[in-house]
Amino acid sequence: MMATTVPKQIGARIRRKEDPRLITGSSTYTDDVKLPGMLSMVLVRSPHAHARITEIDVSEAEGMDGVVAIVTGADLEGTVAGLPVAHTLDELKEPPHRALSIDKVRYVGDAVAAVVAVDPSRARDAAERVHVGYESLEAVVDIEAATEDGSPLVHEEEGSNIAYEFPFLAGDVDEALLNADVVLRLRLMNQRQIPVALEPRSVIAQFDRGFGKMTLWSTTQIPHLLRTQLAVGLGFPEHSIRVIAPEVGGGFGSKLNVYAEEFLTAHLSRTLGRPVKWTADRSEGFLATTHGRDQLNEVEVGVDGEGRLLGMRVRMLQDLGAYHQLLTPVVPTLTVLMLPGCYRLPNLEVHLSGVFTNKTPTDAYRGAGRPEATFLIERVMDHIAAELNLDPAEVRRRNFIAADDFPATTATELVYDSGDYESALDRLLELADYAGLRREQEERRARGKVMGIGLSTYVEICGIGPSAALPAGGWEACTVEVRRTGAVVVKTGISPHGQGQETTFAQIVADRLGVSIEAVEIAHGDTDYVPEGIGTFGSRGLAVGGAALSLALDTIRAKVKKFAAHLLEAHEEDIEYEGDRLEIKGAPDRFVTLEDVIGAAYLATDLPEGVEPGLAATHFFEPPNFTFPFGAHLCVVDIDPETGEPTLRRYVGVDDCGNVINPMIVDGQLHGGIAQGIAQALFEEAVYDRNGQLVTGTLMDYALPKASYLPNYELHRMTTQTPVNPLGAKGIGEAGTIGSTPCVMNAIVDALSPYGVRHLEMPARPEKIWRAMGSGASK
Amino acid sequence: MKRTIRLTVNGREHSLEVEPRLLLAHLLRDDLDLTGTHIGCETSLCGACTVLVDGRAVKSCTLLAVQAEGRQVTTIEGLAEGAGPQQLHPLQEAFWNEHGLQCGFCTPGMIMTAHQLLQENAEPSEDEIRHGLEGNLCRCTGYQNIVRAVQSAAAEMRER
Repeated sequence: MMATTVPKQIGARIRRKEDPRLITGSSTYTDDVKLPGMLSMVLVRSPHAHARITEIDVSEAEGMDGVVAIVTGADLEGTVAGLPVAHTLDELKEPPHRALSIDKVRYVGDAVAAVVAVDPSRARDAAERVHVGYESLEAVVDIEAATEDGSPLVHEEEGSNIAYEFPFLAGDVDEALLNADVVLRLRLMNQRQIPVALEPRSVIAQFDRGFGKMTLWSTTQIPHLLRTQLAVGLGFPEHSIRVIAPEVGGGFGSKLNVYAEEFLTAHLSRTLGRPVKWTADRSEGFLATTHGRDQLNEVEVGVDGEGRLLGMRVRMLQDLGAYHQLLTPVVPTLTVLMLPGCYRLPNLEVHLSGVFTNKTPTDAYRGAGRPEATFLIERVMDHIAAELNLDPAEVRRRNFIAADDFPATTATELVYDSGDYESALDRLLELADYAGLRREQEERRARGKVMGIGLSTYVEICGIGPSAALPAGGWEACTVEVRRTGAVVVKTGISPHGQGQETTFAQIVADRLGVSIEAVEIAHGDTDYVPEGIGTFGSRGLAVGGAALSLALDTIRAKVKKFAAHLLEAHEEDIEYEGDRLEIKGAPDRFVTLEDVIGAAYLATDLPEGVEPGLAATHFFEPPNFTFPFGAHLCVVDIDPETGEPTLRRYVGVDDCGNVINPMIVDGQLHGGIAQGIAQALFEEAVYDRNGQLVTGTLMDYALPKASYLPNYELHRMTTQTPVNPLGAKGIGEAGTIGSTPCVMNAIVDALSPYGVRHLEMPARPEKIWRAMGSGASK
Repeated sequence: MKRTIRLTVNGREHSLEVEPRLLLAHLLRDDLDLTGTHIGCETSLCGACTVLVDGRAVKSCTLLAVQAEGRQVTTIEGLAEGAGPQQLHPLQEAFWNEHGLQCGFCTPGMIMTAHQLLQENAEPSEDEIRHGLEGNLCRCTGYQNIVRAVQSAAAEMRER
C-alpha cells in the first residue's frame, strides 16, 4: 500500500480522547458500578475529637430490617492490620492506626463500627442505632500547644505528641546571621486545606470464593500500591488481588492513599461472600479524607546590604492530624528540600517537627510540601525588598541561580536539572508591562485607590522520582502492543484521573510509530490488565510514565526496522523510519509500510534471523533524578478600601515545564492549579474549634471557589528541556498551585504596604484586609 | 410505604414504585441506571447532579422522586436526543473543543446548568456566565475553559 504522511501530533492542540464518554454520561466511576448481590457499608464515626470508648452496643442495630453484619475494631484484631505509612525517616513514632478504632477515638470522624446492610438507606438507619458510649477527653487542637509539656496526648503510649524530628543543616547559619547586614524574622502559617475532589471516595470489594480472588474498585490514584497494601494488611496473596481504578473524579493527593474503607470492604466481602460497597457522602469526606498543608514556620533570614541571601533558619511545625496516613510524615520533608527555591542560599538550618493533634490526618494535597516552601521563600523575597526599599523583581534577580549554573546543586543537596529563572522573570515583566503597572499603581494611590502587584518565581520538584528517594519505588512501567490489526494498545502503570494522558500518550505513539491517534488505546487503572506500576501523583505522569512509554516505543521501532530491513533485503542501519514508512536511505522508492511489517511479524512465515514473532515490548523507567519545572507569575489586585474586598484583576504566568506534548492540556493543568493556589491565598481554610470540631465541614462553610471568584489566566511558556528523561518533559500538574499562592499574597501585602502592613495571614478575606488597613498592625 | 409515580425521562415514560424519601438523583442513578447524573454532595451545593425538569435546571438531590410525578426529566444521556446518531449537543461539543473538563465529574451538571443559562440568555457576557454557573463547582479547570465552552456553544446555538 501507499505510505501516508501523518501530521506531527507531539506539540499539537488535540482535543481529548477521553472526553466523548465524559460529556455524554457514559463513563463509569466507582459509585456507578453495580454488582449482583451487592451490600452497602456505612461507618459509625466519632462525634468527639478525643474520647475514650466505654462501650459499643450493636444489639438494636443488628436486629434491624436488612442488616447483614456489624463489626467493631475488636472483631478485626488479628485479621485486619493497621493502615500503612510509607516513609524513609530514621525515626518515627508509628502508633497503631486501626481501620476501626478500639479503646479511644482521636478525631471527629474516626470510625468505630461498620454496618453492612442490603442497601445504603438501611445501612444508614442501622448505623444511627449503634450506641457508642464515650468519655470525652480534652482535645489537642493547637499545634504549638500540642508540643508543650503537659499537653493532652493523642497517643498516650508514645509519651509525646511529637511523632518525629527532622533536623537539617547546611553550612553555618549562626555565622551567616552574625555577618548579615539585616536579619529579618517572619512567622508564616500555611493554613489547613481540604482537597475536595469533586467525586467523593468510593470503594467496592468483591471476593470470589471459588478462585480466592479479591477484586477491588476504588477511587484511587495508586491501584498497584493499594494492591500490595491489601495483600500485606489482609493476608491475601498479592497476585490474587485485582484493583481497578475506573473513571476517577479528581484526586489532588487525597486519593493517593490507603484508606480504612478499602481494608474494611475487602475484609467484609471475604467474610460475607458478597460484594460490599461504600461511598462517602460529602460531609463524611470532609472528615475522613486526608486534609492538606497545616504547617507553621518561624523564619530567621540574614541578607547583605544588597539584599542577597546569606543564611536562613527555619523552625517548622507540621500538623499531622491524629494518625499517619500513607505519606503524612513525608510531605513536610519536601518543604525542607525545596526551601532554597530559585535562589543561591549557602547556609540553611531547618528543624522540622511532625506533631499529632486531634484532627483529620494531613497528607499530600496538590503540591505536597512544595507550596509551603515556595510560599516561605517568596514571602522572604518580598520582605527583603520592603526592608531594603528595593523592587521585589530586583531582589529576586540578585539571588537567582544563574542560567549557566545548571545542573545546580542546592544547599539541600538536590541537583536542579535545568533552568533559566531570570529569563522567565524578564519575560513575565515585559509581557505584563510591569513598569506600566507600577506607574498605574502610583497614579491610583495618589487618588486614594488600593492596588497591589504581586510576583512569585518558583521552582518545584517533579517527575517523582528516583526510587532511592521514595518509600515505595519511583519507577514506572509501560507495555506497548502493536496488534495484528494495526491497533496499538498501551498499558501504562500511571493512573490518570483527569490529567489527559489517554490523549498525550496517544500523541507520542502516533508520532513515534506512524499511526493515527484513533488507532491508539491507552489502558490504565486495572492491575490485572496492567500488572505493574506506581501511579499518578507528584507530576510524574508524563515525566516518568511517559518516559517508560518512550523506552517501549524505542524497542518497537528497533524491531520494526529489523523486519523492514529483512523485507527490503537491506541493512538495518540503512533503514529510515518516518511516519508509517520505512525506506532505504538514498533509495526512497524502496520502502515498506508499518502495515507490511505488522503482517510479517504476525504471519511469522519469514522471520529475520533471531527475531521472535509479534510486536510488543515492556519497559520500566527508573528516573535518574527529579525534574524541576519553574516559572514566574504576576498578579494585580484591587482592594475596595470600604470593605476590604480584593479583586484579582489580572493573572499572568510564564511557565517552563520542558517539552510540551499538548499545549491545551498543559494550560488546563495550570488553570486548575492556579485556581487552587489562589483559593489558598484568598478563600479556603479548614477551621476547627477548640473542642476539635470541624466547623467548615460542608461546602456551605468551606469556601471552594466558584466561577465568579476567579479571573482569567494569561499564560505564556518557555521551553527548557530536561536531560532526566527521553521526552525532555518535566511535569506541570502542581506548578500552578505552587506559583500562585505567594503571588497573590505578595500582591495583597503590596496593596496594603501604604498602610504599614508587612504581612497578612491566609486566607486574606475581606474582613482581615479591612482590619489591616485600619490598624497596620501586622507589621 | 412505597408510592407509584409516573414520569418521563429522556423521552421515555416510566412508572415506578418508590419510597417517599427517595431523591430524584437516586431514582435516576439506581432505578433507571442513568449514572451520568453524579452526586458530589448532599447539601445541594456542588451541582453535579443537575438535570432538566420540564426544561429547567434542577439539582436532582433537592427534589424527592415523588415530586417529579408527571414531569419531563432530561439527563446528560438524553441531552443530544434528536441530534442524530453519534451526534452531540452543541454544549457537549463545545466542552470537548474548549477543554472544558478534566476529571469529568462535574461536567454533566455543568452542561445542564449552562443549558438553562443559554435558554434564558442566548448571548451572555463572561460575567453573566460566571455568575450563572455559581451553583456548580469544578475543582479541576479553574473555570476559564468552562466559560469559553459556554461562550462557544452560545455562538454555535445562535447560528443554528
